[in-house]
Amino acid sequence: MSVLVYTENQGGRFRKHIFELVSYASETAKMLNSTVTALSTGKVDESELMKLGNYGANRIISVENSLPSGFDNRAYSYVVSEVARKTGATVIILSDNHSGKAIAPGLSVRLKAAVGSGVSRLPVSTEPFVVCKRVFSGNAFAHVVLKTPVRIITLARNSFSCIESAGNPAVERMEIPVDGTLVRTTVREVIPQSGRIQLTDADIVVSGGRGMKAPGNWAPLLELAEGLGAATACSRPVSDEGWRPHEEHAGQTGRIIAPNLYIAVGISGATQHLAGVSSSKYIVAINTDRDAPIFEAAQYGIVGDAMKVLPKLTEAIKKR
Amino acid sequence: MKILVCISNVPDTTTKIRFTGENTSFDSSGVQWVINPWDELSLTRALELRDDPASGVKSVTVIHSGPASAEPTIRKALAIGADDAVRIDSPSGDAYSVAAGIAEVVRSEQYDIILCGVESSDYNGSMVGGMLAEFLEIPSVSGISELNVEGGNVTITRETDEGKEIVSVPLPFAGVVQKGIAKEPRIAAMRGIMMARSKQIRIYESGPEESLTGIKSFEKPPARDACKFIDADNPEQLIDLLQNEAKVI
Ligand SMILES: Cc1cc2nc3c(=O)[nH]c(=O)nc-3n(C[C@H](O)[C@H](O)[C@H](O)COP(=O)(O)OP(=O)(O)OC[C@H]3O[C@@H](n4cnc5c(N)ncnc54)[C@H](O)[C@@H]3O)c2cc1C
Ligand SMILES: Nc1ncnc2c1ncn2[C@@H]1O[C@H](COP(=O)(O)O)[C@@H](O)[C@H]1O
Repeated sequence: MSVLVYTENQGGRFRKHIFELVSYASETAKMLNSTVTALSTGKVDESELMKLGNYGANRIISVENSLPSGFDNRAYSYVVSEVARKTGATVIILSDNHSGKAIAPGLSVRLKAAVGSGVSRLPVSTEPFVVCKRVFSGNAFAHVVLKTPVRIITLARNSFSCIESAGNPAVERMEIPVDGTLVRTTVREVIPQSGRIQLTDADIVVSGGRGMKAPGNWAPLLELAEGLGAATACSRPVSDEGWRPHEEHAGQTGRIIAPNLYIAVGISGATQHLAGVSSSKYIVAINTDRDAPIFEAAQYGIVGDAMKVLPKLTEAIKKR
Repeated sequence: MKILVCISNVPDTTTKIRFTGENTSFDSSGVQWVINPWDELSLTRALELRDDPASGVKSVTVIHSGPASAEPTIRKALAIGADDAVRIDSPSGDAYSVAAGIAEVVRSEQYDIILCGVESSDYNGSMVGGMLAEFLEIPSVSGISELNVEGGNVTITRETDEGKEIVSVPLPFAGVVQKGIAKEPRIAAMRGIMMARSKQIRIYESGPEESLTGIKSFEKPPARDACKFIDADNPEQLIDLLQNEAKVI
């Protein structure tokens, strides 16, 4: 019996949310009187791998060569399922990001394991095994029983903090041969996101809505974002109009994000917009309309014209 | 070529979410049910491809696994332009049982492209598409924001945590689509609505697998504190509060 956590790297490095994921795995393992095995795929230096031990990984398995360079859902599911079998994992934890969502379903079918996806806190109980997950686009949580002997959890972003605890692991290299017929996705071209801070990764997000009035008005918003080291987002009509790129669209049909701080500028706060941002720790609203619904979701609000308020905020940030 | 679009039936996005039975079940009274927004978009894209002779796509079938009460939603998909519809007659199950049921239908009817949405807007599972691919042992691609088909060749743009990738896969495959796949959902025209009335929804028996999960109870998120208003003439105060009270900057 052990807890397996899939620790994905970005260009050989682990991002903060991977350490959160390992911390979560470690706390879950404590509930089960069990240990944590971290699985890394692709090339990662030993020193980087050892960092997983600082958050409670007791064993680190590095599968370096067997996987294709381009991501393939089923090939990755296969490798994770094989490592789960070999280590006797009863709980498998992945991030609820693109690759976690791509790997978990195949893993579930291979192991006939129940999945709790978008889980936002530690298991509610282990016997029966109950997890708490976001449902109705953030408007409620459900307590879900995972009825199988092996369970899969995908952990929602920004829902757990890093907890340091010495796992004293050793790194083991493992070979998992992947049958070529499993690798069917051919990557023709990679289009990396421009140097900006990634929306789904960001701790702070500054977001603009139709109240910004015109695409030419974005400079003060971008300056505030820059001052805060924040990523930028927008409401759906803004991306539909082409004022801002589609990648920035937040909400039910766009990106679902949960930063520590979300600053909504000229956004009315429609339910579909809130569905994508309501899990943020703090929401700040800047809006001319005192009755805009966004103020019901926000902890801090300024009733005022964005064009006047934004430059003052940027100035205050610079003085800080 | 044939496309199968999987649709889930969800409460309209403006529904006030309420629970009954001491928070053990979703209160569906007065709820307006709609096609899951992503499924509406993938249906739209599938129809665009069918209407383009160069794609080689000849027909679009929609499938839903659920009780008869979901038929109005399936009819709506027919009215929007789907050629054919299947309902798997089963009580609402979890992703595993839904995917197993759809896999059975695909085995007997053979589709080249099977599309699912990134998640159902009710239970936010994000699982059915990938499970379906694994049950059928066919390639699976997720995060699809563009899908092009020309003479049977598929080119996909998928979004990753790093940016975007252009990929290709052989047929048949299961795709999980997200925003970008179509601009605006196609709307049913009068003619479509009339035609949908006479189309038949083909019924399959319930799928082979039971649910692996069960919902025990629901809870509402804790109410947020009332908004603290800061004077628009002194927005610097906000920075101070974010730094010293909320401690988020
Ligand atoms: C199925 C479905 C899915 C949807 N999905 C999404 C989604 O994912 N994301 C999303 O965002 N929307 C989504 N929508 C649209 C959503 O319903 C709203 O229409 C949209 O969020 C409104 O965008 P907005 O707040 O920018 O614009 P508006 O609602 O027009 O609000 C503009 C706000 O700016 C304020 N304002 C005006 N001037 C100023 C000024 N000078 N300074 C400051 N404030 C000012 C106004 O008071 C107003 O509150 C969806 C809708 C449907 C039906
Ligand atoms: N009951 C169902 N019948 C048919 N397709 C479904 C059903 N439930 C989910 N799907 C499909 O799977 C996608 C993801 O749903 P889920 O895994 O439930 O979040 C949806 O967008 C649909 O395409």
